[in-house]
Amino acid sequence: MSFINYSSREINVKLVYYGPGLCGKTTNLHYIYKKTNPDAKGKMISLATETERTLFFDFLPLALGEIRGFKTRFHLYTVPGQVFYDASRKLILKGVDGVVFVADSQLERMEANVESIENLRINLAEQGYNLDTIPYVIQYNKRDLPSVAPVAEMEKLLNPKGLPSFEAVATTGIGVFDTLKNLAKQVLFELKKGR
Amino acid sequence: MAGTDLVMYEEEFHLIDAELQRLHNQANAKVVFLVDKNGQLIASVGETKGIDTTSLASLTAGNIAATGGMAKLLGEKEFSILFHEGEKDNIHISIIGQRVILVVIFDQRSSLGLVRLRVKKSSEVLTGIFETMQVKSEQDKAKGKTSASPFAEITDEDIDNLFG
Repeated sequence: MSFINYSSREINVKLVYYGPGLCGKTTNLHYIYKKTNPDAKGKMISLATETERTLFFDFLPLALGEIRGFKTRFHLYTVPGQVFYDASRKLILKGVDGVVFVADSQLERMEANVESIENLRINLAEQGYNLDTIPYVIQYNKRDLPSVAPVAEMEKLLNPKGLPSFEAVATTGIGVFDTLKNLAKQVLFELKKGR
Repeated sequence: MAGTDLVMYEEEFHLIDAELQRLHNQANAKVVFLVDKNGQLIASVGETKGIDTTSLASLTAGNIAATGGMAKLLGEKEFSILFHEGEKDNIHISIIGQRVILVVIFDQRSSLGLVRLRVKKSSEVLTGIFETMQVKSEQDKAKGKTSASPFAEITDEDIDNLFG
């Protein structure tokens, strides 16, 4: 649910990073924050526990520039990945315009990935969205680790429809902006259609 | 798709801004702002310099969402008013027309009673404005006026340029 303000000529879009616990959602936002021009970003807010696990959400506002005279702002959110924070995850999906699913490539996390994607589908449906029609990108994160599953296998398991997907190493930034850019594009094209 | 996109035109923006100004004066508040439930800042008046209103808006919406979740668990529809008391500044948060959130920040120059009273009056006015907006945007949709969207002619290149 984007917000178009004709008075201040602004458009605000909400993007959410979803995925199992410790898959690197917050790390994605940290990298984007680090690499963005200071004029273009607001403060990054992390509501996290003392051990830096996300408690409610991370929030990063990005003002990327103008399209056809409209200031375009992206509000990036992450959800808490741990299973027992489901109530909070539902809240953050309210009014979402696009979703990045960050998958953990490590073999031992495949089950967690599948569970989390299923959880995403259910929670989106509760808000009246359909995972098959909402702008959506999958990111296969942690490709630098030794015990990773082959991408082809992950595609089969997590992305049978062959939607846009990217390999990434969020700690060093590989694939982070490709993912964001692709999702932003899908969301803006959705706006173009005027729904 | 859930809900409709919120589209704000010049005319309604001025009405909203005027009402917030009035509330700001009458309630002796420091800052008054309006946020939609998804955390997007709609308008703000008062001493906003030095305050990160974007972040404040997002946290307010998170706050309302969390409180709403608590309400549901207890079988309440919503908790429509929240109040946070600080050493110097206080925040009064209320839900308007189930869609937007009105936030009033005030200090010892005002009082909770005064703020509550003034917020109640402004709520009615703002509810009316948002209802008009809703009707208007539905009419536009019915007329198929969406082609006026500034994004109708957006190209791949426009989007690539955003990311430099």
